[in-house]
Amino acid sequence: MDGIHDIGGMHGFGPVEREENEPVFHAPWERRAFGVEFFTGAGIGTNGDQSRHAIERLPADVYLTANYYEKWMLALQTLLEETGTLSRAEIEARMAELSAEEQDHG
Amino acid sequence: MSGHKHNEPESDIALRVKAMEQLLTEKGIVETNAIDLVADYFENKVGPRNGARVVARAWSDADYRARLLADASPAIAELGYSGLQGEDMVVLENTADVHNVIVCTLCSCYPWPVLGLPPTWYKSPPYRARIVREPRAVLAEFGLDVSDNVEVRVWDSSAEIRYMVLPMAPDAAAGKSEEELVDLVSRDGMIGVAAH
Repeated sequence: MDGIHDIGGMHGFGPVEREENEPVFHAPWERRAFGVEFFTGAGIGTNGDQSRHAIERLPADVYLTANYYEKWMLALQTLLEETGTLSRAEIEARMAELSAEEQDHG
Repeated sequence: MSGHKHNEPESDIALRVKAMEQLLTEKGIVETNAIDLVADYFENKVGPRNGARVVARAWSDADYRARLLADASPAIAELGYSGLQGEDMVVLENTADVHNVIVCTLCSCYPWPVLGLPPTWYKSPPYRARIVREPRAVLAEFGLDVSDNVEVRVWDSSAEIRYMVLPMAPDAAAGKSEEELVDLVSRDGMIGVAAH
């Protein structure tokens, strides 16, 4: 199926940028994202193909520019909505609560 | 738990992951301790050292090498490495005539049990787009000049198969013990973007 993920052979990309001594995870949230992704599929009854497909359905600009684990989480959000597990609104409401708590303690 | 400083607001994505983890924990779908364990495992316990042990064994034991090339997953499991993203492994032998390199053009497939999680560049659009169109140019950027009389084969992972390259032993391998050989094998050599 055609899509932005079908990138093999596409023209227009520059050099492959590498990072010396790259860590496995670049920030604490990447570790959490990896673990959340690792367990959630089994918990909500989705498989790896569905996860990949959800990533492929991200908007092309997000697909090409977002952090790898950010793409995982945005795609997981789609699957959580589609399985009726959690809505985007619930996630964003919790984000607002967490952010307000932080400011209180800041 | 979180290491960020209080005067720096958390990024949107960090906050989103925290919210998702909390909500999924409350629903009993994930557990904080299990997340800690699996993240620690992939951060500290599995990595290209595993693949290097497989290569060192293949360099020192011809029977093992034959088993590895014939049916890789069981041969790799002999050294204790198996599991997720390594169920159906194929090992590609570099020779004087053929140089192999691996990619996943459609996403980020990678042989976790032997190499750990992939580096960012392997998952990046430039590598995925270019290694299949102009492999020699990309390999040269990595510092690997493949002679014109050596065929370059690029292997694109499918949904199930995971590839790993068996590099040729360098001259420096002569006379070394299997344990010493492990140090001569790099992650990039097993992806195919370095000689060994």
